[in-house]
Amino acid sequence: MNTVVAGITYRALLGRRRIILLLLLPLALIALAVLLRAFGAADQATTVDLMQKFAISTMLPLLGLIAGTGVIAPEIDDGTIIHLMSKPISRPVIAQTKFLVAASLLAVFGAVPTYVAGLLLIGGEDGIATGFAAGTLVAGIAYAAVFLLLGIVTRHAVTIGIIYALVWESLVGNLIPGVHKFSIQYWGQSIADQLSDSPFFKTDVALSFAIPALIVVTVGAVLLAGQRLRAFSLTGDE
Amino acid sequence: MRIELSQVSRWYGNVVAVNDVTMTIGPGVTGLLGPNGAGKSTLLHMMAGFLSPSGGTVTLDGTPVWKNHHIYRNIGLVPEKEGVYGFLTGWQFVLSAARLHNLPDPVEAARKALATVEMEEPKDRRVETYSKGMRQRVKVAAALVHDPPVLLLDEPFNGMDPRQRLHLMDLIRTMGTAGKTILFSSHILEEVERVAQHIEVLVAGRHAASGNFREIRRLMTDRPHLFVIRSSDDRKLAAALVRDDSTGGISLRPDGLEVQATEFRRFARLLPQVARDEGVRLHEVSPADEDLESVFSYLINRST
Repeated sequence: MNTVVAGITYRALLGRRRIILLLLLPLALIALAVLLRAFGAADQATTVDLMQKFAISTMLPLLGLIAGTGVIAPEIDDGTIIHLMSKPISRPVIAQTKFLVAASLLAVFGAVPTYVAGLLLIGGEDGIATGFAAGTLVAGIAYAAVFLLLGIVTRHAVTIGIIYALVWESLVGNLIPGVHKFSIQYWGQSIADQLSDSPFFKTDVALSFAIPALIVVTVGAVLLAGQRLRAFSLTGDE
Repeated sequence: MRIELSQVSRWYGNVVAVNDVTMTIGPGVTGLLGPNGAGKSTLLHMMAGFLSPSGGTVTLDGTPVWKNHHIYRNIGLVPEKEGVYGFLTGWQFVLSAARLHNLPDPVEAARKALATVEMEEPKDRRVETYSKGMRQRVKVAAALVHDPPVLLLDEPFNGMDPRQRLHLMDLIRTMGTAGKTILFSSHILEEVERVAQHIEVLVAGRHAASGNFREIRRLMTDRPHLFVIRSSDDRKLAAALVRDDSTGGISLRPDGLEVQATEFRRFARLLPQVARDEGVRLHEVSPADEDLESVFSYLINRST
């Protein structure tokens, strides 16, 4: 972890319009929670539904995409990354720092609003708020790693990321049940399920699979990102 | 310190960008001269560890440059691309470079570097408000902040106004005299001539010539020149010119004479003399290949 790299990355992400993108979805989640509560629909079934269908399956992958690619892809695009990489800092350290920044942003803009929305709806009932907060936290960390890698590997990270988030995680995941096993958000749900006693919430991915999978994907993506950054090539306009 | 390139090639798919280049860049100022698209940036990126050679090796005092972040303790890089965070002030940008180098006194180092490029006054403005020349100078300051023995600059004078250009030229010369190893690329001969003690010419990815500016200049003026001449009597003038050794060949064309002069200086004296003696009036004398591209293509043909 390099504090100068982290500082510049935070400024690049939070000082520009990207922060609006990061705020939009969590604000929508909290607004929905407030509305449901105002209309007296704040029961456990609705809460679990909102958490499953919006917080962890829509908001989180998109936030992951914005933060994960956002910590590095724009810098690669405009060449500012050279400023960091032409210094005696190992490239894996740069990749790890970028990952930590993205992961922290997902915690703040993903997990915290999820917890707040849960509390607003049903308070501490059956550990649903805590469960989903933990689930979005770990899934968010994994998304940060995967999308960081994607941002280094390809210049079309956002397009590919959206296709992944929408087609693989949502569409294919809903049509072909087995795919759940290979989906970050379902691993997150598995963690959430573990912490929550709600009868309205069941997941089909075993915790014994979800935890190792999350660790392997997160660590693997960060390591690979470091390796890819070591071999980073400037292909000039010539 | 020395950068050594040994049989370095780089290709992208079927396109060869740099072809079997061997050269050593030692202390002093070296200019890497070549037309646009000659592979200067590609070569410079390989020296800076931002591109792997497809063949051959690039080393800095014997240690390979590729995948070796330790080289940046000794190298300062000024890339051609903007590469400056617009949301930082000039001061923050240079200070961040000093911190990334983990210097003992980053504040003092940043202050000194900004003073070197005369950017103290606008240092608290955001980089996005800077002119291209100011951005260029801030980049130079960031590259100099750790006082590296090796400095690589890619087209550093682009976008600078004449005063800034002179200032940077002075700065580069001074650092070269102080024993730093400096390499900068440019496609303008005059620029290179004024700053570099040594010139390496790159054409179409190949190392076409090497020497001090006098040698390079001579190569470029002593080459055969092609002139297009229109006169009151082309045929008569052609007959008279062809008698002299400095004329390599003449072709008569509907729009005038095309004359190949083998010795530039002698021909330049010969032509007006002959015209006067023969009573031929010259309407137009224009060099047909005076652009840099043809100078370079002459060099590359010569070297093969």
